[in-house]
Amino acid sequence: MSPLAATFRRDFALMWGAGGGAMAPLGFFLGAATLVPLAMGPEHALLMAAGPPLVWVAAALAVLATLERLFQADLEDGSLDQLLLSPAPVEMIVLTKGAALWCAIGLPIALAGAPVAIALQAPLEFVPAIVLSLGLGMAGFIGAGLVGAAVTASVKRGGVLIALIVLPFFAPPIIFGSAVASGAGFGPAFLILTGCALAYAALGPIAAAAALRLQAE
Amino acid sequence: MLSTLANPARFMQLSAWLAPLFGVIAVVLFAIGLPWALIYSPADYQQGETVRIMYVHVPAAWWSLAIYGFMGVASFVGLVWRHALADIAARAAAPIGATFAGLCLITGSLWGAPTWGTWWEWDGRLTSMLVLFIIYLGYLALWSAIEDEERAARLAAILCLVGLINLPIVHFSVVWWSTLHQPASVFRPGGSAIDPAMLGPLFTMAFAYMALFATLLFANMRAAINRRRVEAARLRGMSAA
Amino acid sequence: MGAGGPFQDKPGISVHDLAIARGGRVLFEALSFAVQSGGYAEIRGANGSGKTSLLRAIAGFLKPCAGQIGFDHLEEPATALHYLGHLNGLKHAASVQAHLRYWGGLLGGSHERDALAHVGLEGIADLPARALSQGQARRLALGRLLVAPRPIWLLDEPAAALDANGCGVLAELIAAHRANGGVVLAAVHEPLDAAPDHVVRLGA
Repeated sequence: MSPLAATFRRDFALMWGAGGGAMAPLGFFLGAATLVPLAMGPEHALLMAAGPPLVWVAAALAVLATLERLFQADLEDGSLDQLLLSPAPVEMIVLTKGAALWCAIGLPIALAGAPVAIALQAPLEFVPAIVLSLGLGMAGFIGAGLVGAAVTASVKRGGVLIALIVLPFFAPPIIFGSAVASGAGFGPAFLILTGCALAYAALGPIAAAAALRLQAE
Repeated sequence: MLSTLANPARFMQLSAWLAPLFGVIAVVLFAIGLPWALIYSPADYQQGETVRIMYVHVPAAWWSLAIYGFMGVASFVGLVWRHALADIAARAAAPIGATFAGLCLITGSLWGAPTWGTWWEWDGRLTSMLVLFIIYLGYLALWSAIEDEERAARLAAILCLVGLINLPIVHFSVVWWSTLHQPASVFRPGGSAIDPAMLGPLFTMAFAYMALFATLLFANMRAAINRRRVEAARLRGMSAA
Repeated sequence: MGAGGPFQDKPGISVHDLAIARGGRVLFEALSFAVQSGGYAEIRGANGSGKTSLLRAIAGFLKPCAGQIGFDHLEEPATALHYLGHLNGLKHAASVQAHLRYWGGLLGGSHERDALAHVGLEGIADLPARALSQGQARRLALGRLLVAPRPIWLLDEPAAALDANGCGVLAELIAAHRANGGVVLAAVHEPLDAAPDHVVRLGA
C-alpha cells in the first residue's frame, strides 16, 4: 500500500469511526441551519429572500468544529513524527488528510445541503447548483482549515483561535457560494468559486506542511 | 547563535537616536497636518465639513495595509534566514497596524453616519478593512497563544504570509459582493476626482502617520529586545545556580 | 530473524562538533562521535541534558545550532531511519493490526505478520489501542521498527514501561538489527541488555 493510500485509509476510518460516521458533523450542520429560521422567524417570504445563502454559514461552522483535533491529536500522540519520515512528501500527506476529511465530512454535508436548502425555502431549480457549489466550497474551507489547524496544533483548546484565523479565508467562498445559492446558478460566481476552492485546496497543504515541520521541532 | 545576538545590539545602538528622531518628526508633522486638515483645508462641495474625517481615515487605511505588507516582508526574512530581528519587527508592527485598522473602521463609521443615517454600513472598502482587522487579530492571538517564542514567530510568519496572499482574493471578493448589493460609498469626496487643495494636508497626514509608525515600531522593538535580554539573563542565572 | 535482508551498504552515522540549543539555552556543544554499521551507541545523561533533542536532531526534526550530522552510504537519511520517541504514536480507536498495516504503508514495508509475532502481540491483533497496557503499547511501537526495514534506529528510552519479558524482546531486536548491519542509537537511563560500542555522555 502506498503511503498516501495508507494515510487516506486510516484517516478516513478514524474520522468516520469517531461518532458514528458523519452523524456528528451532519447533525451540527442541521442544527446550525435550524438556527436560521429560529432567528429570522418562519415567515415564508423572508426565508425565501434570505434563507438559502445561510446554508453556507451552517456549512462553514460545521467545518470549523472538526478542525481543532486534526493535527493536534497527531502532535500529542507522536504520530506527527512518523509523517515526516515517510517517503511521500509531507505536502501530499497533508493533502491526502484533507481529501479524507472531505470524503468523510465535506461530501456528506454538501449532499445534505439539498434538503437543508429546500427547508430554507430555496426553489428546487437552485438545488443542483447549491449542492455542487457546497462540495467545492467544502474543499476550499478544508484547504484553508488545514493551515489554521496546523499553525495552532500545539495550542490547547485552540478551537476558537482556529476559527478566528480561518474566518478571513472563508469569506471569498461564502461570498461566491451564497451568490450561487441565491440563484446565480452555474454562472460566473460558480466559476470563481471553483477557482478559489481549488486554489485553497492546492496551496493550503503547502503552508500546512511547513507549519507541521515547525511543530515537530 | 552569537551572530543573532550581535545584530540586535547594533539595532539598539541605531534606534537609540533614530526612534526619538522619528518621534520629533511625527510631532512636527501632526502639528502641521492636523490644523491644516481640520481647520484650514477647503470643505467638500458635496459633503461639507464632514469630509475632514478623510484626513484621519484615509492615511490610517493606507498604513494599516502597508504595515501588513511590512509584516509580510519581515515574516519572510524571519522564516528564510531565521533572523531574530525580523521576527521581532513583524511582531512589533502588528499592534500598530491593528490600531490603524481599528481607527480606520471607527472614523469610517463616523464619516458614514451623517450620510447613511446609520452607524455602520457594509460598504465594500470598509468591509475589506474589517476583514483586515480580523486578520490582524488572528495574528496577534496566535502569537499570544504559543508559549515558545521562536516557534510562535515561525508559525505566525507562515500565517502572515498566507494572509498576505489571501488579501487580494478577499478584497476582490468583497468588492464584487458590494457591487452586487450596491450600497452607497462615501469614500470619494467630491466625486471621482480629489480637489488638489486636499492633497497637501492629506499627504502631510500620511507622512505624519509614517513617522508615528516608525517611532512606535522602534519603541516596541526595543522593548521586545530588552525583554528577551532580561529573560536570557534570568535563565542563565537559574541554570548557573 | 529480522525484518528484512542485511543492510549491505554499511550505513553509519557521524556527528561532528554538534551543538543544540532549546528555548535560548545551549544544551550541549562540541559533541562528536561516530557509529558504524552493526554498532550500538548508548546516550546517557540526566533529565534535560538533551538526549531527546540529540535524537530528534539526527532524525531531522530539529536543526542544530552548530556542527554537522553525516550519514554514510545513505542518500535519503529521512527514509533510512526509524524514530521511537517517548510517545508511541498510537490512535485509541485503531487496532494493533491496523497500526502495523498503516505504518507499513506509510514507511514502506509489508512485514506486518512478522512484526506482530516478534513483539509477541499475535493474540491481541484486533484489540484497539486504548485497550492495551503501557507495556503492550510500547511493544506495538517496537513493532513499527520491524514492519518497514530501515538501517538506522533512533530509540528514546525504548525500555520504558516494558516488563522483563519485553526487555528481552527489545534486546533480541537490537541484536538482530546489528547482526544485519543496522545501526542503533538509544538514549537510556538504565543500560539495556546490549553491549554498546560507544557511550555518549551529555551534560557531564
